[in-house]
Amino acid sequence: MLRFLKPAVAGWILLLPLAASSSEVVVYSARNEQLIKPLFDRYTEQTGVTVRYITDKAGPLLQRLEAEGRRTPADMLITVDAGNLWHAAEGGVLAEVSSPILEANVPANLRDPKGRWFGLSERARTLVYSTDRVQPQDLSTYEDLADPKWRGRLCLRTSKKVYNQSLVATLIARLGEQRAEQIVRGWVENLAAAPFSNDTKAMQAVAAGQCDVTIVNTYYFGRLQKKEPDINLALFWPNQDSSGVHINVSGAGVTRYAKHPEAAQALLEWLTSEAAQADFAGLNMEYPVNPKVMPDATVSAWGQFNADTLNVNEAGRLQSAAIRLMDRAGYR
Amino acid sequence: MAERVASSAFDPRRTTLGRESEPWRWAARLLAISVLIPLAVILGSWLYFDPQVWSHLGGTVLPGLLVNTGWLIFGVATGSLLLGVPLAWLTVMCDFPGRRILDWALMLPFALPAYVLAFVFVGVSDFAGPLQSGLRELFGLPPAWSFEVRNTFGVITVMTLVLYPYVYMLARVSFLGQGRTAYEAGRSLGLGPWAAFFRVSLPMARPGIIAGLSLALMEALADFGAVAVFNYDTFTTAIYKAWFGFFDLHSAAQLASILLTIVLVALVIERRFRERARFTASGSGGPQRRMRLLGGRALAASLFAWSVFLLAFVLPVIQLLIWAQDSLSDLDRRYIDLLQHTLALGALAALSTVAAAFVLAFTQRYHGDYSTGLSVRIGTLGYALPGSVLAVGVMLSLTWFDNRLADAVEWLTGRDIGLLLSGTLVALLMAYFARFLAVAYGPVDSSLERIRPSLRDAARSLGAGQWETVWRIYLPMLRPGLLTAGLLVLVDVMKEMPATLLLRPFGWDTLAVRIYELTSEGEWERAALPAVALLVVGLLPVILLVRRSAR
Repeated sequence: MLRFLKPAVAGWILLLPLAASSSEVVVYSARNEQLIKPLFDRYTEQTGVTVRYITDKAGPLLQRLEAEGRRTPADMLITVDAGNLWHAAEGGVLAEVSSPILEANVPANLRDPKGRWFGLSERARTLVYSTDRVQPQDLSTYEDLADPKWRGRLCLRTSKKVYNQSLVATLIARLGEQRAEQIVRGWVENLAAAPFSNDTKAMQAVAAGQCDVTIVNTYYFGRLQKKEPDINLALFWPNQDSSGVHINVSGAGVTRYAKHPEAAQALLEWLTSEAAQADFAGLNMEYPVNPKVMPDATVSAWGQFNADTLNVNEAGRLQSAAIRLMDRAGYR
Repeated sequence: MAERVASSAFDPRRTTLGRESEPWRWAARLLAISVLIPLAVILGSWLYFDPQVWSHLGGTVLPGLLVNTGWLIFGVATGSLLLGVPLAWLTVMCDFPGRRILDWALMLPFALPAYVLAFVFVGVSDFAGPLQSGLRELFGLPPAWSFEVRNTFGVITVMTLVLYPYVYMLARVSFLGQGRTAYEAGRSLGLGPWAAFFRVSLPMARPGIIAGLSLALMEALADFGAVAVFNYDTFTTAIYKAWFGFFDLHSAAQLASILLTIVLVALVIERRFRERARFTASGSGGPQRRMRLLGGRALAASLFAWSVFLLAFVLPVIQLLIWAQDSLSDLDRRYIDLLQHTLALGALAALSTVAAAFVLAFTQRYHGDYSTGLSVRIGTLGYALPGSVLAVGVMLSLTWFDNRLADAVEWLTGRDIGLLLSGTLVALLMAYFARFLAVAYGPVDSSLERIRPSLRDAARSLGAGQWETVWRIYLPMLRPGLLTAGLLVLVDVMKEMPATLLLRPFGWDTLAVRIYELTSEGEWERAALPAVALLVVGLLPVILLVRRSAR
């Protein structure tokens, strides 16, 4: 017992004075540890600046930042999904940063117009189909999946996942709420099975023959492909003649009450730099935001596509409208 | 019941013990207040009412998920009673092949987090899983042949298999405590074996069984992880939708407080019913001789118990081990830290929570006044809330306190001392305490209830002081209950995820945190490794304590 008590008590005493040293950055992250730690380790090695972090879901982290107010130890918030970033900015926990480096590294549609957050990696949400039962020329757009020809052939992940909420939010932004609701209702009618809890499950259902097509983030496809190279699935880039493939981001901002704002900004700039971007995106087979950096080999092999250029901020703004719409349409 | 004893007019203890009672009552009140504060933060959300979110939820998803929640509660209650009580009776009172192993093995499923079993279950048995693909191949069925497992039945099955150990463990402690004397007396008065079970043993074990059942149901009500794997919408789904979807913590907290009210009402009703009867045992300990089951009965008992163990534990663990093998390369030195943190948090929380539960239960029984009854009810409410909502309640109240304190110090001295408690172990332990006090209270109270008050009077009249009585009479007699309580809290804390995530100090990652990191990006199979590690750590105390508490 004492063996465990001692480190416990020692740990607490060590942590009591939260006086942070000057060469460190404290990060609250909703991006997983395994996707950020390797980069932080490299940063520490190169600059001597320590990065302390804590991971959790975006919602609780935001709440904590708000509650801690001006005494928060956090200098930076990293989160996934435009909706979460938008809410963080609206909640007033992020500082406006103007940095020529960041503005050069991150395209304008992947950052907050006021500089409160910057995209760090891009995620494409696209179609995956069964190569046994679907010809790629049968596929065209997200909207087309509402067509009766897909009756009983579509699988979807749950609407509770923010990725689908953002996708529907962009449908609303482009087509208006009425048309978007028709599309979502069409999807629901076409479902072959109740919505799945994650993208991988939806793809496995397509592979096993429960349905023929689904909508997923490309890195889930990459992961599955790595494990089963011969799997009878392929990616399809929809909406190439219209809006482009739906894009989401993971991103970060400097907190409003950062104790080390310069250090935090420097870390942010480094994360968007050519030195870090290949790894930041590559660790999870995502796309780098920095246009000068190529995605990794597996990802490049999936080919080029036109991406939606709508500012991802819009997806955040319309997120709650999207959830309401999906609830009305009976999309669980 | 305790109130009744204390208030009877002719009770001689009133005068002699009146002075002793006050410190106990104050201790109970303080404990309740530490749970009440985070709850109050959540109830305080009613000050900000946003009709928009409510009318949206009410008009779309709420009716359906209320029905779902009702089915879930009904199913889990039926299932865990049908598994937990007979299994406890068989392993305590009877002898059949495998009993000695099953006695403790049947508790093991408790060490598996519900969301892990859910994932294994869905992974193995849905359309694309090995079970259905295998059946299609084996019997040459058409490729579209399938049956749905992601439905009400599936959720109830998984939840029952994970939660029946609560009923099993608490019923087991009750049966152990009542011994065979009562049952034998029933038999000798002409009752058949079934009648003796239903009319004597079962009513006597009722406090324990109900305590176990209410823990199981509260956990089922507050669960989010397992139902999310099934995409099965329950009341917690609405809470999470309000919070993570609409970023409206107030509405989320309001929904959570409705959940809380339902549980409170149920508990009050249960207590009313229980007060009609009084159960005390001779306190003679375990049975001297078990009933030896023979032939078909032995086979049936054995088959029943082994198949529960197989389904709830052996098969899922085999699947986890297969997955874990693929990600063995993840196993590095950091796992030592993860293990230490997990154990240290579990042990600290178990000790403090069980001690507090004892104080509450003891006060309620011997020094209780109106305020004590209230303290107990408040103190044991935390478990009914989804973990993340309670965690936010703790976090908000602590940061509020820290900020006011720092404001005051800054005003006095001009120096900003920062946040004192937030981000320390104290914050995390407070959250565990608020959440798991109910878990510890159940077993402690139900075993206390079976000790005759006359024993205490005897000890006191023989000259033993207050502390001596507690130390030499109560603690030894309560040992099975205290050990069970400690074990439940220990394992529950080790599995706990939302509070650990939100409140842990920097660097204090646990195995559950590791599981979260992997599952939140859908890497369920890679999460098998930390899940297996968690299982191993959870099993050690289960086995150790169970062997010690058996006799």
